[in-house]
Amino acid sequence: MIEARGVSVSMGRRRIVAGVDFVARPGEVTAIVGPNGSGKTTLLKALTGELACEGRIRLNGRDLSAMKPAEAAGLRAVLPQATSLAFPFTVREIVRLGLLGGRTGALAGESERLPERALARVDLDGFAGRFYQELSGGEQQRVQLARVLCQVWAPVLEGAPRYLLLDEPVSSLDIRHQLAVMDIARDFARRGGGVVAVLHDLNLTAMYADQVAVMHRGRLTAYGAPAAVLVDSVLERVFDCRLRVGALPPAGAPFFLPQSASV
Amino acid sequence: MANQSIAGAGVAGLFGGRVQDGDRAVRARLVLVLLVVVLAAAMLFSLTSGASDASAFAVIRDWIFGAAPGDAADARARIIVQDIRLPRVLMGVLVGAALAVSGAVMQGLFRNPLADPGLIGISAGAGLGAVSVIVLGATALAPLVMLLGTMALPLAAFVGGLCATLILYGIATRQGRTSVATMLLAGIALAALAMALTGVLVYMADDRQLRDLTFWQLGSLAGATWQKIGTAGPVIVAALAATPFLAGGLNALALGEATAGHLGIPVQRLKYTAIVSVSAAVGAAVAVSGGIGFVGIVVPHVLRLAIGPDNRYLLPASGLLGAALLLLADALCRTVVAPAELPIGIVTAAVGGPFFLWILLRKRGIVDL
Repeated sequence: MIEARGVSVSMGRRRIVAGVDFVARPGEVTAIVGPNGSGKTTLLKALTGELACEGRIRLNGRDLSAMKPAEAAGLRAVLPQATSLAFPFTVREIVRLGLLGGRTGALAGESERLPERALARVDLDGFAGRFYQELSGGEQQRVQLARVLCQVWAPVLEGAPRYLLLDEPVSSLDIRHQLAVMDIARDFARRGGGVVAVLHDLNLTAMYADQVAVMHRGRLTAYGAPAAVLVDSVLERVFDCRLRVGALPPAGAPFFLPQSASV
Repeated sequence: MANQSIAGAGVAGLFGGRVQDGDRAVRARLVLVLLVVVLAAAMLFSLTSGASDASAFAVIRDWIFGAAPGDAADARARIIVQDIRLPRVLMGVLVGAALAVSGAVMQGLFRNPLADPGLIGISAGAGLGAVSVIVLGATALAPLVMLLGTMALPLAAFVGGLCATLILYGIATRQGRTSVATMLLAGIALAALAMALTGVLVYMADDRQLRDLTFWQLGSLAGATWQKIGTAGPVIVAALAATPFLAGGLNALALGEATAGHLGIPVQRLKYTAIVSVSAAVGAAVAVSGGIGFVGIVVPHVLRLAIGPDNRYLLPASGLLGAALLLLADALCRTVVAPAELPIGIVTAAVGGPFFLWILLRKRGIVDL
């Protein structure tokens, strides 16, 4: 379990995250939603240990701040919003960086084939020989996801659940790959791991999340199952606009929901 | 890309291994083997060529088989080869490897192919340290020189280089992000400052000290002695020996500091180890050979084109190629205007300057000013 108690993050004098209590359980996809600047990414960065914060963060019962980078890397992998490179690495070389910690949890002898399998998982079969810098933004995002998957290939290792922390994993993806990536996240959780994902798409959140954490002005204002949290009153207040959950557009206007699509 | 996989397949056939798409490890290993051969050839060439007609082969034969009476190389040839050429060759190897590997490490650390110890003021800082010892060794720094003996000079160069690197990193890095424009500009300012202080010291120097100092300005391997190798050699070897342990971390660092940390790399320790070993290697190299520029940019860049940016192969390959190139440049310096000599810094700058501009023009995006 990832547990945050009273987590606050300040940058300069501005308090970006204020007193957040948050949990993400293994076996579940926990989505963090909220308007721009509400502190979603900052909260995620505190959970990864990237940003110093007040309060306490525990990973499977152990204090994150007391863990060495290598120990934390064996328990969770992190997908950043976007990653740019200074040098011309190939896709395989990038994905293989996920093997660096040596705790993939893959069976012996499987390790060498892992980059290929991870690439196939994110629908990038045959991309291993391409140069990362020559790929589109969405393809780069999926290469990074393949790297992250390599790092914690087994969702449970030595009895301990492991976690994927994803910062807007579908932001630059087309609909097919949005679904594919969210399927990967859900599958990771079904097999005993935990997933925390910052999401902007409320429909995908409703479709895939087991728990939804709603951030608003640096505070966690609602937390619970999608049906309980994604309601008119909460969303109108948080996103500061009038909206109706589950209302159809006037007849004849085309609209589309991910719920009606599949890969 | 098609080219690349065909080349890869050919190489794989040679080694009997299986090459996967996008895996340049086999090619990198082949290049490493090739570079060992090139370096050996360069050393031999360097040992056998020079202003004098002394036969190095005769001397080498004597080393291996013992001097046969009557057939032995004459004493003059032995002195020229053993006490003049051999230390110079070894120093060329040490300095070339130190500069090229330091360049590759700095580039990994700053995540930019234009970082180079000479360009961003590390060499200038090291030079300032060394010149301080030469000029003030009898007066202000006398206790230091008494205490450390011949180690005072390389140590002062190391401290100078370390200070320059730490200041530069402090200025150019904010919250884990290194601004390249800030790095280059701050490096230029630091180098200018160090040069100004060096200038003051040169101004204070007497005639004998001035002779010692002249070679700092341009860089040269001409002053090579066994004693200098004894002091600088261990420092450079120790610093270079630390770099293979940095390779994996520097690879991860290409994704950014935060991501490297998430992958389990102790980023702060990596950065400090990199900074200390670069400062030590560059400090020792500058202490014995002055400011030889551009080796640290040209060598890693050429190698990245050939074997890719994977530091596990890039760092050792840079060491080998840097050593070989500096030996060839030095051989050129010794023979072009023989019996006089060209300072080697002129040659490396004449090749490296245009090369640097070429990288800059090809990839303007790198500097994002």
